[in-house]
Amino acid sequence: MSDLLYSEVEEDLRASVRDLLTDQAGFTSVLARTESAEPYDLKLWRTLATDLGLAGLAVPESLGGQGASYREVAVVMEELGRSVAPVPFLGSAVLATSALLAAGDAELLPRLAGGELIGALAVPLTSAPGTGFPGGVEANTEGALSGAVRTVADASAADVLIVPAVGPDGPGLYVVEKAAATVTEAVSLDLTRRLADVSLDNAPSRLLASGTDAEAVLRQTLLVGAGLLASEQVGVAQWCLDETVAYLKQRYQFGRPVGSFQALKHRLADLYLEIVSARATARYAADALATGIDDVPVAVAVAASTCSTVALHAAEQAVQLHGGIGMTWEHPAHLYLKRAKSSELALGTPGRHRAALADLVNLPPA
Amino acid sequence: MSTLTADDLRARVADLLAAHPPASTERLEFLRARFDAGLAWVHYPAGLGGLDAPRELQNVVEAELAKAGAPDNNPRRIGIGLGMAAPTILRFGTEEQKKRYLRPLWTGEEVWCQLFSEPGAGSDLAALGTRAVQDGDSWVVNGQKVWTSVAHIARFAILVTRSNPDVPKHQGMTYFICDMTDPGVEVRPLRQLTGEAEFNEVFLSGVRIPDANRLGAVGEGWKVAQTTLMNERVAIGGNAIPREGGLIGMVSKTWRDRPELRTPELHDRLLKLWVEAEAARLAGTRLRQQLAVGAPGPEGSAMKLAFANLQQALTGLEIELSGEDGLRYDDWTLRRPEKVDMLGRGPGYRYLRAKGNSIEGGTSEVLRNIISERVLGLPSEPRVDKDVAWKDLPR
Ligand SMILES: Cc1cc2nc3c(=O)[nH]c(=O)nc-3n(C[C@H](O)[C@H](O)[C@H](O)COP(=O)(O)OP(=O)(O)OC[C@H]3O[C@@H](n4cnc5c(N)ncnc54)[C@H](O)[C@@H]3O)c2cc1C
Repeated sequence: MSDLLYSEVEEDLRASVRDLLTDQAGFTSVLARTESAEPYDLKLWRTLATDLGLAGLAVPESLGGQGASYREVAVVMEELGRSVAPVPFLGSAVLATSALLAAGDAELLPRLAGGELIGALAVPLTSAPGTGFPGGVEANTEGALSGAVRTVADASAADVLIVPAVGPDGPGLYVVEKAAATVTEAVSLDLTRRLADVSLDNAPSRLLASGTDAEAVLRQTLLVGAGLLASEQVGVAQWCLDETVAYLKQRYQFGRPVGSFQALKHRLADLYLEIVSARATARYAADALATGIDDVPVAVAVAASTCSTVALHAAEQAVQLHGGIGMTWEHPAHLYLKRAKSSELALGTPGRHRAALADLVNLPPA
Repeated sequence: MSTLTADDLRARVADLLAAHPPASTERLEFLRARFDAGLAWVHYPAGLGGLDAPRELQNVVEAELAKAGAPDNNPRRIGIGLGMAAPTILRFGTEEQKKRYLRPLWTGEEVWCQLFSEPGAGSDLAALGTRAVQDGDSWVVNGQKVWTSVAHIARFAILVTRSNPDVPKHQGMTYFICDMTDPGVEVRPLRQLTGEAEFNEVFLSGVRIPDANRLGAVGEGWKVAQTTLMNERVAIGGNAIPREGGLIGMVSKTWRDRPELRTPELHDRLLKLWVEAEAARLAGTRLRQQLAVGAPGPEGSAMKLAFANLQQALTGLEIELSGEDGLRYDDWTLRRPEKVDMLGRGPGYRYLRAKGNSIEGGTSEVLRNIISERVLGLPSEPRVDKDVAWKDLPR
């Protein structure tokens, strides 16, 4: 049976990431950055990626990584969810890195794993694992790419892009230098996770995988992404619960702490229960991805649909239960609401994941 | 109530249009003439913009005027005046106050805001601490209000204060009309999660209010505020809208226009919400029919609660239905808007703004308490604050 607990090593990892984020990604600085000319905190990113070695956590040591697994990456994602830190971790350390890993690349992977370069996977962030190979970009016989992809996570911070494109011989995955592409920052709902539109006009590239391999790599990458995003959502949900509980203990109305009203207590108890379940599904998905068992697609579909829903519920409750303060820019709750709502769409909505599950467990639609 | 019929009102509208043809009459002049003809709010008394007619006949007037292309009074910008200040002034105001305030309120020449909530008094509005001390024939007011929508464009405010801290909280309040141009009134924008600053903090320092601007008796402010709050809920939740009016129409349109975004699950959710919206529309119609024969009761709370639920479910669905665009936002620039325009912005804005629907005008939790206690008659939770002097309340 999979191990759904956190190991001692994982708890140590969590503690060091949390310390760093508490220190360097406090709410006021995160909020200030969302409106500054430098929306990404690249100093924090370098500390995470290089000093703590988190960019290549799941990459074998022979390829420049730490030789840990997706279980540890999941723990980092939880902490990043708790702090909504503006770093390109999902785009680079999760999506681009796992694509290179799945493609067996030995050239670019070490540089991403070492934090020397930042990567992004050029698909719309809404792409779900089971959806078909994207057709927006075409490759010619020389491997030059043309076309456009909208709403790519972390592309504006990236040095290299991994681009799915359809060539004369069918689907392929290509590496393109950012300098060869036009990357336009989009206004994203989530202020702490940036999106950009990428357009390519005869951009030179290097082929990473082709044909069914390319399809398999992309599918695996999106599974890893959705599976690990579930852990980030657990982190988001946990922060929302913790903050709300703390606030309701201290906020007085009607001569008593608002948290003493049973109607609110029951709701928070229910939310706690949801998070307990969500955490279990996220742990199972991380463990399944780490060990590569056959059940990965089911594990991911269950975790992604559960954790999205729970994180969003937690964030909406946090705004509501903070009352007027929860509606303000000055209170952190909105950053979590924006993260939770966009993550609900990212890498497949709960509805899409449930539909995928229907096939996997043979519960066909009516 | 008068015995006017729909046909009588059509004739009066025709007279108004003949005397003031919309094409050649300046907007404000037309609105003032309409007010004076009793066609502003027909259920109000004659001489105060109405004709003592049944409230439902207003629809007849609106339809006739719309047909003639007459200017409207831009109700969204002046929602607080129309929905909250006006019914309160009508019920508790003196004749002079009604004459002075109702017409420019209705025409939108004077915008109103509501200085109720305070940092320490939100759901528990009766806990408020803004002090009013009588000084000759005026009052001196000091304190801080918060979340005050449109205070930055308001000419007047309805204001609740604490005039006696030594009695239990519900007893020591007094209600005023506050002149927002008083030098002691300072309005500071408060930015919201949508990026905009539609509400404000308002600091009151040594604001002098003539006793003539008091609404209701000294110490009876809570009773007056109750009227405002009841009407507020109806104003928020009880609008007359056509089928597929508002958000449900917008989401339905997206569904029709973008087949590539459809899934069976979203279809099911959309249909459920369509039915819910239609049910809310019918319940709103029923509520207005009830109002036509009496004052707003706790039913208004139910409609406001339903409205918030529906808006939030619909805007949440709309984002999911928007595909990649659901991840994007239209504009984060700080602005100080004059009205809430849910339909004029993108899905992201609508989603975020709708979060306020379950907080503003009484939270959904508080409305549930009101329904369970006042409608269903369930016993209330033990009250620790009922018989304690305001100044001794735990906070
Ligand atoms: C967009 C917006 C516009 C507004 N405009 C105005 C305005 O123009 N003028 C004005 O005066 N005010 C305005 N308000 C303020 C609004 O009326 C208050 O925010 C609201 O009454 C809640 O008060 P609070 O924010 O202090 O929350 P709190 O009272 O602190 O409540 C915190 C949480 O506890 C819950 N809670 C509190 N008491 C109970 C209970 N007994 N049982 C169960 N749950 C409970 C609440 O529902 C809420 O979820 C506006 C608010 C918003 C969001």
